[in-house]
Amino acid sequence: MPKLGCLTALTRALGDELERDLDVCVFGEDVRVGVANVTKGLVQRFGPERIVDTPLSEQAFTSFATGAALSGRRPVIEFQIPSLMFLVFEQIANQAHKFSLMTGGQVKVPVTYLVPGSGSRTGWAGQHSDQPYSLFAHVGLKTVVPSGPADAYGLMVSAIRDDDPVVVLTPAASSMTFESVDLASLAPLPLGVGHVARPGTDVTVVAVGQFVGQAVEVAEELADEVSVEVFDPRTVYPFDWQGLAASVQRTGRLVVIDDSNRFCGLGAEVVAVAAEEMRLVAPPRRITRPDGAVLPFALALDRAAQPHRDQLVTAIQQVCKEGR
Amino acid sequence: MSDRMAKPSADTAWRADPSGPRPRTGGPGPEAGGPDPDTSGSGPDTSGSGPDTGGSGPDAVALYRAMRLIRRFEERCVELVKAGEIVGGIHPCTGQEAVAAGVCAALRPDDVITSTHRGHGHVLAKGADLNRMTAELMGRTTGLNKGRGGSMHAADVGLGILGANGIVGAGAPIATGAAWAAVRAGADRVAVSFFGDGAVSQGVVLESLNLASLWRLPVLFVCENNGYSSTVTVEDMVAGTIVGRAAAFGMSAETVDGMDAEAVAAAARRHVDRARAGGGPALLECRTYRFDAHHTWEHRSFVRYRTPEQVKEGRRRDPVRIQGDRIPEGERARVDDEVEAALDTAVRFARDSPEPDPADALDHLYATGLRPRAGVSTHA
Repeated sequence: MPKLGCLTALTRALGDELERDLDVCVFGEDVRVGVANVTKGLVQRFGPERIVDTPLSEQAFTSFATGAALSGRRPVIEFQIPSLMFLVFEQIANQAHKFSLMTGGQVKVPVTYLVPGSGSRTGWAGQHSDQPYSLFAHVGLKTVVPSGPADAYGLMVSAIRDDDPVVVLTPAASSMTFESVDLASLAPLPLGVGHVARPGTDVTVVAVGQFVGQAVEVAEELADEVSVEVFDPRTVYPFDWQGLAASVQRTGRLVVIDDSNRFCGLGAEVVAVAAEEMRLVAPPRRITRPDGAVLPFALALDRAAQPHRDQLVTAIQQVCKEGR
Repeated sequence: MSDRMAKPSADTAWRADPSGPRPRTGGPGPEAGGPDPDTSGSGPDTSGSGPDTGGSGPDAVALYRAMRLIRRFEERCVELVKAGEIVGGIHPCTGQEAVAAGVCAALRPDDVITSTHRGHGHVLAKGADLNRMTAELMGRTTGLNKGRGGSMHAADVGLGILGANGIVGAGAPIATGAAWAAVRAGADRVAVSFFGDGAVSQGVVLESLNLASLWRLPVLFVCENNGYSSTVTVEDMVAGTIVGRAAAFGMSAETVDGMDAEAVAAAARRHVDRARAGGGPALLECRTYRFDAHHTWEHRSFVRYRTPEQVKEGRRRDPVRIQGDRIPEGERARVDDEVEAALDTAVRFARDSPEPDPADALDHLYATGLRPRAGVSTHA
C-alpha cells in the first residue's frame, strides 16, 4: 500500500472536490506554485480561474470568498501561517459565521479556511506558531483538527461539502507523518463525530491533532500497568460529546492533551463538561500550553511551552492512582 | 475620471461643487422609450431604470417616490424608536436619499448590493418589501430576516441585497467577491458596494479596490460622503481625496452632487453600464449630508459636533425637495399620499406580526441545521 502524508492527503482531497464540483475554487497566496505543498499541481489540472493567486490582502480575500460563496461558489482559502487567522478573525467570525443567522437563514456561506501548517513549526517563533482552534470553537465555527493523513482527507472533503464556514487546522507537527493507506478506501468523514483511536478500560485520554498518535504510543508503553483509551474528537467544534461520554462511561477517568493555551482552551471545556455531565471516579487532568502562551524561538523554549508526552504519562499515572 | 474634489471644509463637504455635474431639467418624457417593464424592480416601485430623462418623466417620478419613501420611512422609524417599538435604535439616512435612489435606479433586479449600518435607503431603493422591512426593524418573524438582523443587517438575497453591515467597510470585499462569482458564472451582473466616507480609511476597502481593479471586476464602489465619520469631519479623517484612493489603483472615479438624484443616477448608470460591458470597476463619490444624528442614541449621549446653524445650512439643499420640484405638484401630492398609506400599512403589518419564540433564538445559526448546546448544563 502506498504511503500517504497529511499534505498529500489534503492535495488529493482538494483535487477530488475540484473534480467533482465545478463550484469549488481555491484562493490563497502562492497557491499556483503551491508553496505550502498542498495546492501543487492543481493549477495545471483546473486552471488559473479556479486556482487563484491573490494579492497579499488576507482581509479582503477572506470576505471576497464570502461574497463568492453568497453567489453560489464553494471557495477554499489556504493560509500559509496560522497566525493570519487572527488578522482575518473579523472576516470569518464576525462576517461569514454570522450571515446565516443574521439573514434569518436566507444564505449559506460554504467557505473552507485551510491552515495546513498550524501550531509550532519549530523555529518560526511567536508570530508563526499559534494553534487557534479554541478561539474558533468558542465563536462556534465548525473547526476541524485532523490527526493523520486519512483523517485529513476525509475531514477536508466534508469541510468543503459543508454548507457552513469550516476552519481546518492541520497540525504542522503531523505534516511529516505518513500512513500506509489503500487510496481507494479514502472517504469523507462526518464532521462532529470522533472516534476511539485505541480502546482501553482504565482512563480516557482525549487527544487532539498530533497528540493522538503520541497518546496511542504512550498507551502502548503503559499497557502493562494501565489500560488507556484514546479518544480523538477529529472535530473540535462541534465536539462529539456523546462519543466522549460513552468512553468515560467505560473508564471513569479523564485526561485531556491538546495544543490550546490553558485558560479558556479546549481542555478546560472538555474537563468542565465531563465534571458537569459525566461520572468521573477521579479528578480529571489536562495538559496544554501555559496560560496565554506565546511560543518562544529557541528550540528548548519552544518545546517547553508545548504539551509533552512525558506530562501525559505522569497525568495518566496520577489519575489512575486517585479515586475509586 | 475627474478628481474635482477640493479639500472639503468642515460641514460643507456636502455642497455641490459648482463645476460638478448639473441636473438636466429639460423637457418631459423619455428620450428613448419608457422604462423596460422587464427590468423594473419589484416591491415598491423604485426602479426608475431606463433612460435618464430628467424633468418630469416617469424616471423623475420614480426617483421622487423612492426618495420620499426613504425620507418618510426614516422619520417614522425615529418615532418608533422614541416610542420603544424599535429597540436599539437606528442610523437614519435622512438627507442621503438621492444616493440610494439614484444608484439603485441604475441597477437591474439581478444586480447585487452590499450596504452599511446606515442602510435603510439602499435596501428600500433596491426593492425590499416595505412591510417586511418595517417588521424586521421591529423584530418580528415576518421581517426580511425573520427578526434576526434588525436595522443594521437587513437583507433580501433574492433581490440582490446581500445585507446591510454593522462593520464599516466590511461590505466592499463581499461585493467584490460577488462580482467575481458573477463573471465566473458568465453573468453580466454588477455589484455595488455602498460605504461612507469613514470607510475610505479601512484597509479592507483599499484592498478591495486593488482586487477589483486588478481583475477588472464589475463593481461600483459608492462612497456616500456625508462629511462625517460618526462625529469627526472628513477633513480631519481623510488624507488626500476620496477619489484619489481610486486613482491610486488605476480605477475610474468621479465625484457627483449627492443631493441630486438625477445626477447620481446618470453617473451611476455610466459606470454600471461600463462595468457590465467588461470595463472594470469604478468609484463614485456622492457628496451628501446627514440631516440627523449619527444614531438615534446621539441625543442621549449629549455629543455636540455640529451647531444648529450648520445643520440648518446643511438642510438647505434637501434632495427630496430638489427632486420633488422637478415633477408636477399634483403628481407629487399623489406620491406623497401613496407613501403615507404604504407606511401606515407597513407599521400596522409589523405591529400585527408575531414576535419570535425565545426558544428559537438560535435558529438559522448553521445552514446545515446543527443545533448548538444550550447555555446551561443538560443534567442538573
